[in-house]
Amino acid sequence: MVEVSLNYNGTAIRGDHHVVASLVPEGSRVLDIGCGDGGLLALLQAERKVDGRGIELSQQGVNKCVEQGLSAIQGDADTDLEDYPDNAFDVVVMSQTLQATRDPEQVMNELLRIGKQVIISIPNFAHWRNRMQLGLLGHMPVTKYLPYEWYNTPNIHFCSLKDFGSLCDQLNATVEQAIPLNSGGTRINFPAPWKVWNLLANQAVYVLRR
Amino acid sequence: MADETSAPTLHALSIAEVDRPSSQLAKFGVDDPLHLDSGKSIAPWQIAYETYGELNADKSNAVLICHALTGDQYVASNNPVTGKPGWWERMVGPGRPIDTDKYFVLCANVLGGCLGTTGPASINPATGKAYAVSMPVVTIRDMVRAQAKLVDRFGIDTLFAVVGGSMGGMQVLQWAASYPERVFAAVPIATGARHSSQNIAFHEVGRQAIMADPDWCEGAYIAEDKRPLKGLAVARMAAHITYMSDSSLHQKFGRNLQDREDLTFGFDADFQIESYLRHQGMTFVDRFDANSYLYVTRAMDYFDLAAEFGSLPLAFTGTTTRFCVMSFTSDWLFPTSESRNIVKALNAAAANVSFVEVDSDRGHDAFLLDVPEMFSTIRGFITGAARARGIPAPGGAN
Repeated sequence: MVEVSLNYNGTAIRGDHHVVASLVPEGSRVLDIGCGDGGLLALLQAERKVDGRGIELSQQGVNKCVEQGLSAIQGDADTDLEDYPDNAFDVVVMSQTLQATRDPEQVMNELLRIGKQVIISIPNFAHWRNRMQLGLLGHMPVTKYLPYEWYNTPNIHFCSLKDFGSLCDQLNATVEQAIPLNSGGTRINFPAPWKVWNLLANQAVYVLRR
Repeated sequence: MADETSAPTLHALSIAEVDRPSSQLAKFGVDDPLHLDSGKSIAPWQIAYETYGELNADKSNAVLICHALTGDQYVASNNPVTGKPGWWERMVGPGRPIDTDKYFVLCANVLGGCLGTTGPASINPATGKAYAVSMPVVTIRDMVRAQAKLVDRFGIDTLFAVVGGSMGGMQVLQWAASYPERVFAAVPIATGARHSSQNIAFHEVGRQAIMADPDWCEGAYIAEDKRPLKGLAVARMAAHITYMSDSSLHQKFGRNLQDREDLTFGFDADFQIESYLRHQGMTFVDRFDANSYLYVTRAMDYFDLAAEFGSLPLAFTGTTTRFCVMSFTSDWLFPTSESRNIVKALNAAAANVSFVEVDSDRGHDAFLLDVPEMFSTIRGFITGAARARGIPAPGGAN
């Protein structure tokens, strides 16, 4: 079941944004990296009363944010995070963006340095549909949730939930919460071990701290 | 001077505006000198300004607009010398992005200017003659100090916003750095935190053109009843080129010839671009004082916020001001990289900053032109800031 609700500006709110918003403490200072046209920032501002900032690679996205009265700058997660001081934000959010960076390990280090807490959502490349397409049909997975062909995808660093967990260990990041989501971005609400989620979840949201 | 019986010339009008401007005027006496970065001070001095809209009861809705090099206080009303409409009427006015139905807008002629604020053409009360080049050199910070004294006169503690492009943007940055607690929101447009070597170079060409004109008379042309028209016109022509992009010049003029079928094999204005620049130079000299041009360009050259504070992030440490930095893709006078430097420093200072690069082929002048993306961005930023400041909308309008 995909929950459809609207932002105050009339745009649809992405399902995973609801989950992320529920994890952000009220009134906190938030940096949203890869903020797009400001959907999550607007939601966080309206529902969690945060002091929010955004970074977005596309200038059109940035302009749309600022037009709505949100704070955003044009910037690149791979190169521009080093400008921020340590612990500059209570929460750093990165939603569905890590897989599109050139150096995810370095980006993760920067997120954990700038944010007291990091909320990050990633697509799970080990979802069973992807495994079927690659393992049985022998081609790179193209799904409704990950609709790109290998030659035009912006997603250059895919991982499974298991892989991401290993990276967190390697970076000494404490995983405070890990929430499996379906393709619509809704929480999957039955208990199972993580091996199962690594097969069934389309994506997951992690709350990290170092 | 002006013929008493016929309509006064533009030049006579502009001379009349120097000491007794048509706009509102704040005077500061000998007991209230303006202390300058040079170590000198001026007293008495005056600052001429225009206002639009109404200041609300708690004085929380004041927007200060800072004008550019050859701009003036007539941001949204007719210039009394040229009769032309305000230079930013698309930005400032009822229902405009900076909405005068909602905000109290203040715009003052800069220190060193020639439309009513003390400058080199003003009469030095000690001598009864124009200051000319005996006026102390002023800086962007001096301009801002003068504006702060005007803002004090209104009893305004915190400006809701300070907005300006080019040299106006420098003043915005200076305001935010010098008086962080007095600036709620800052909008520096098409500007930089310092004047680049290339920009200083262009200004030097202009100043040399003025000073090479024999009618400049070592600066004393007013006393000598002369005017360095040719020098000032050439300065304006050179500067004007830097305000436009190669592509906008090409689209507007190309290699088109001016009122002729063929090249004349002479040095007349064969090309439309030559004719256009000559016109720009000639009309400029009627409304601007040559010594003012020297002083104001010098103020821009001296501007370097990082040098003043040790580093650019230090200029903004601990600031609570929210910033909206804006640049234009085809601006090569203040390219996007200059704005990015400001944004980097603001991020390092953990400031609240938005940055928008607007796609435009109009060059540096884009900030004065009809660029819809600029207006929608500024409107959004100002509206968001007003929400954060809790500015009540008059008449229930939002």
